Amino acid sequence: MADPAPIVKFSGVTKRYGDGPVVLAPLDLAVGRGDFVTLIGPSGCGKSTVLKLVSGLSPATGGEVRVLGATPRAARDRQAFIFQDATLLPWLTVRRNAELMLRLRGVPAAARAAKAATLLDLVGLGAARDYFPRQLSGGMRMRVSLARALSVAPELLLLDEPFGALDEMTRHRLNEELLALRETAPFTAIFVTHSVAEAVFLSNRILVMSAHPGRVAAEHRVDFPFPRRAGLRGERAFQEKVNEVTAALHRVEAPAA
Amino acid sequence: MRRTPAWILWTMPVLSGAVFIALWYGLKAAFGISDWLLPTPLGILAAMGQEMPRLLPAAGTTALGALGGFLVSAALGFLLALPIGVSRVLRAAFYPWLLVAQMTPIIVLTPAVVIWSGGGFDGIIAVTVLISFFPIIATTTQGLLSTDQNLVALFRMANATTWQELWQLRVPSAMPHYLTGLKIAAALAPIGAIFAEYMVGNSAGGTGGLGFLVYRYHTQVKIPAVFATGLTSCLLGFIFVAAVSLLNWAVLHKWHDSFERDDH
Repeated sequence: MADPAPIVKFSGVTKRYGDGPVVLAPLDLAVGRGDFVTLIGPSGCGKSTVLKLVSGLSPATGGEVRVLGATPRAARDRQAFIFQDATLLPWLTVRRNAELMLRLRGVPAAARAAKAATLLDLVGLGAARDYFPRQLSGGMRMRVSLARALSVAPELLLLDEPFGALDEMTRHRLNEELLALRETAPFTAIFVTHSVAEAVFLSNRILVMSAHPGRVAAEHRVDFPFPRRAGLRGERAFQEKVNEVTAALHRVEAPAA
Repeated sequence: MRRTPAWILWTMPVLSGAVFIALWYGLKAAFGISDWLLPTPLGILAAMGQEMPRLLPAAGTTALGALGGFLVSAALGFLLALPIGVSRVLRAAFYPWLLVAQMTPIIVLTPAVVIWSGGGFDGIIAVTVLISFFPIIATTTQGLLSTDQNLVALFRMANATTWQELWQLRVPSAMPHYLTGLKIAAALAPIGAIFAEYMVGNSAGGTGGLGFLVYRYHTQVKIPAVFATGLTSCLLGFIFVAAVSLLNWAVLHKWHDSFERDDH
C-alpha cells in the first residue's frame, strides 16, 4: 500500500529500557491507512514494545516515531489500545465500562449512553449491559474492551495479544467479529499475537520479528480479500500461508535456541 | 478448595466456646481459684445484670466517644492517605513520621492529650483517633499504590487528567483496602475511648463511660463487675465491627471478588 502519508512511521527507532539490553535495533516501519499489520515473533523480539512506542506509553530511545502525522502522545485521542487483559474497571457495570473513554473525554451522558448501547449491541452484549465484569466470561470481557476501544472511533487500533488467554473457539469467533467491526467502522490496526493462524486470518501484512535485538526479519503479505469469513480457515491457500509464516518463524527462532 | 458445610461453620464457634468455658471452670476447680480473683462466667453474667443501670448509660457514653473518634479517623485517614498514596515525595516526607506517631505508646500521649483538651469529650475523641487512624492510612495508602498498572496505562492512553485518574481509578481501586482499614479501626475505637475514659476518670462531667466504670469497680475490688464491664465493651466493639462489615458488604458485594457467588 503506497500511501503517501503513512498512519505510523518509524525512522531508525531504537529502544532500550534503562541500562538493559537493546530491545529494538534501528527499526524502519510504515503502516498505511487501512492496513492490518500483525507483529509475530519469539518473546523478547520487541513486538509489544512497538505498540508502547506507537501509543506513547513509552518513549523511543533513538530515531523518530510519527503517528497520524504527529508525535505519539499528540495522536493519542485518535488511537485506542486493547490490552492482553480486558482491563475493565470491576466496580463499573458493562455499560459504564463501555462509556469510560467517552466519559474521560467529557462527552455528555446522553450521547455516550447512546454510543455505548450501539456498540454493546454490535458486540452482542446488549442484554448484559447491567452486569459487572466478574459476572462475564473471558470472551465477553474482551468484547466489552473492544466496544470501549471503538467508542472513540479510533483511526488506529493497537491490540496486544488481546485473545491470547481465550479458548480456541472463542478466539476464532472474536477474530471474525473484529473483522466484521472493521467493515462498519474502518480502522488501521497493529496487532500482536503468538498465533500464526490468527495472524494470517486477520492481517494483510505479517511482520515476523526476531529477538536480541528486536528487528523485522521478514514481511509476508496476505492477499485474501476482505471481508473474510470463518470458511477461509478451511481453504488450502490459507493453510499454505500458515505453513509459510510458520517456517519463517522457525527460521528466526532457530538461532536463538 | 472443597466447600465446608454451613452447619459445621455455625457449630464450631459454639463448640470452641463451650470447651473454653469448661476449661475455665476446670482450672478454677483444679487450682482452687477464688471467685473474687477469677469469677465464673455465670457470676459475670449475674454482675452484669446487677450493674445494668450503670453499665447501660456508661456504654452509651463510650459508644458516643468511640463513634466520634472513629468518624474523625475515617475522614482523616482517607484525606491523609490521598496525598501519601499519590505522591512519592509526600510519602517520603510524611510516612516515616506517621510510623513514629504509631510507635509512640498511647499511654505516653494520653495524659498530655487529656490535659490539653481539658479532660472533656474532645480529649476522649482525640485519644480514640490516635489509636484508630493509623490502620486506615496504612491500608488506604497500600490500596492507592496497588492500582492495576494496566488500568493506569488505559487512563494514560485516554489522556485522563491526574484528577480523573485519582477519583475514577485509584480511589475506587483502594476502596476494599479502605474498608479493611475501617474494620480494624472499628475494633480499636471502643478500646481507645475506654482507655481515654480510664485516664480521664470522671472529670468529663457526664456518666464517665465504661473506662471510668472499670476504674471505679477496680478500686472497689468488684472483680465480677470489672469482667462484666469487659464483656459489655466486647459487645460494643462487636456492634462497631458488625456495622462496618455491613458497610463493606453494601459497597463491595456487587463487584468485588471477595463476594464471589455461583449465581452466574
